[in-house]
Amino acid sequence: MLKHTSIPSQRMPWVIGKLTNNGKALPLAGEAVPAGFPSPADEYLERPLDLNEYVAPRPEATFFVRVSGDSMIGAGIHHDDILVVDRSQQAVPGNIVIAFVDGEFTVKRLIRDGTELALAPENPDFSTIPLTLDTTFEVWGVVRHVVHKV
Amino acid sequence: MPKEYALIDCNNFYASCERAFRPDLRGRPLVVLSNNDGCIIARSNEVKDLGVGMGTPYFKCKAQLERHGIAVFSSNYALYGDLSARVMRVLTRFCPHVEIYSIDEAFVDLSGIPGGATQFARRLRATVEQWTSIPVSIGIGPTKTLAKLTNKFAKQQPRCHGVFNLNTSPDPDRVLRWTEIGDIWGIGPRHAKRLRKLGVNNAFDFRSLKQDWVKKKMTITGLQTLLELRGLPCHGLEAGPVSKKTIVSSRSFGHPVTSQEHLLEATAQYATRAAEKLRKQRSVASHILVFLQTNKFRLGQPQYSNTVSIPLIVSTAHTPTLIKAAQAGMTRIYREGYAYKKCGVMLSGLEASNGRWLSLLDIPPDAHSRHTPIMEAVDACNARWGRDTVKFAASGINGSWRMRREMRSPRYTTTWDELLGVQT
Repeated sequence: MLKHTSIPSQRMPWVIGKLTNNGKALPLAGEAVPAGFPSPADEYLERPLDLNEYVAPRPEATFFVRVSGDSMIGAGIHHDDILVVDRSQQAVPGNIVIAFVDGEFTVKRLIRDGTELALAPENPDFSTIPLTLDTTFEVWGVVRHVVHKV
Repeated sequence: MPKEYALIDCNNFYASCERAFRPDLRGRPLVVLSNNDGCIIARSNEVKDLGVGMGTPYFKCKAQLERHGIAVFSSNYALYGDLSARVMRVLTRFCPHVEIYSIDEAFVDLSGIPGGATQFARRLRATVEQWTSIPVSIGIGPTKTLAKLTNKFAKQQPRCHGVFNLNTSPDPDRVLRWTEIGDIWGIGPRHAKRLRKLGVNNAFDFRSLKQDWVKKKMTITGLQTLLELRGLPCHGLEAGPVSKKTIVSSRSFGHPVTSQEHLLEATAQYATRAAEKLRKQRSVASHILVFLQTNKFRLGQPQYSNTVSIPLIVSTAHTPTLIKAAQAGMTRIYREGYAYKKCGVMLSGLEASNGRWLSLLDIPPDAHSRHTPIMEAVDACNARWGRDTVKFAASGINGSWRMRREMRSPRYTTTWDELLGVQT
């Protein structure tokens, strides 16, 4: 969205000269300015590894959440860990999910229990949450990675 | 074959952001307050239905909000900016040509998209909502002006399910009759009032006016609106009436740009231009969004696009501050090895520089003219004795007293200490 300015016609050659930098390319639109010898390594420059690319190939759909509680210890999810949650994936049974159940968030493994779905913990001290018709339930995202301090 | 421009507009954007991490708030009325909890700047549909007006000072409607059990939030631009960037990233991932128009709107050109624009728009809408949790509406038309009014129709008519295509509609005039004169893109309140007096009440009436008359009374801008309503595109992407909610400054480069140095230069230039526009309309911004894109049409070339949003600690129209923030954003999203086609900045969270609600550390409006020499002195001190020898207290002290934001939701996506907590 550029600002429009009126220019008197007699000033046009001057303005055009300025705009085209008197025949030379403008620095912004041009290629990199050649200075000295090109480094032979230029062709092989690579970026350092970026962990984001590994854990969040779709950054716009990836969210981090912080865990509390021990019910998913068996899946390697500990108290105070950070989970990498992907919203771009449709949850299928077997996935560990962030579910919103009866007004609260919880992390559990989505399983098929007979003909119904259920949310299973990974700790024998906790019990499975059956998903019946009168549970308000939705999957908020699928857990892809755990960030755990050792 | 008419063009198929689509306007993608987030539904009640700030309210939807507040709901992104709070599914319990879906269907519940909620409002968002301006900086320092001054007045209402966003309302969910439920609140609109209750008749609480936009811009109402908070102290005036506090009792009413409590009575109706309305959830109240201080503005959380860190969250809104990040979710906006995510929505725009999804759009740039799937659409060949995107114009970010404001914090919650983007135009895309869907002409000739395989499978048809309507079908594509439905899938795009579902994807944006699933990936970002932000619901959007999509209006498609042969011109940007028609896409914009179709969007409103799509949003407000439940049977559209958020998507409507004027090009394939059996009765497009119905949409035009439905659109009130003041809601037409490019027709300001003053012209709308005058037109209403003449019995021109909606887009259909306006479209039937004589070209000469419109040109005489409403200049070339009015004429362009008229032609656009008749289906003749006058505005391509990146052109047209400016948004009032946000200031965007961006351009496609003449040649692909690869170096970070040049992108930083361009970013500074756009930030400067945006700051000028901001001061011209006597506003200050509380947020800046920076984006860059490669050329989607260059098949076989590596593609990358990214958007980042940077909160400004104190709302400002100060060019150096804006440049610094914009360049910091660009540095964060720049990746080497790509040929970039376009970059730009967008200022949002705009408020009038006078008559806004000042925080303790805000610069009083009348001090703005003195601001530049002060900045220069600070910069000179820091250049001589090292960075941060002199700094604004606002930039270093971490305290919630900085601004009155008593009801701000956590910055779920930008601050490690404020992540969403989930119980296993």
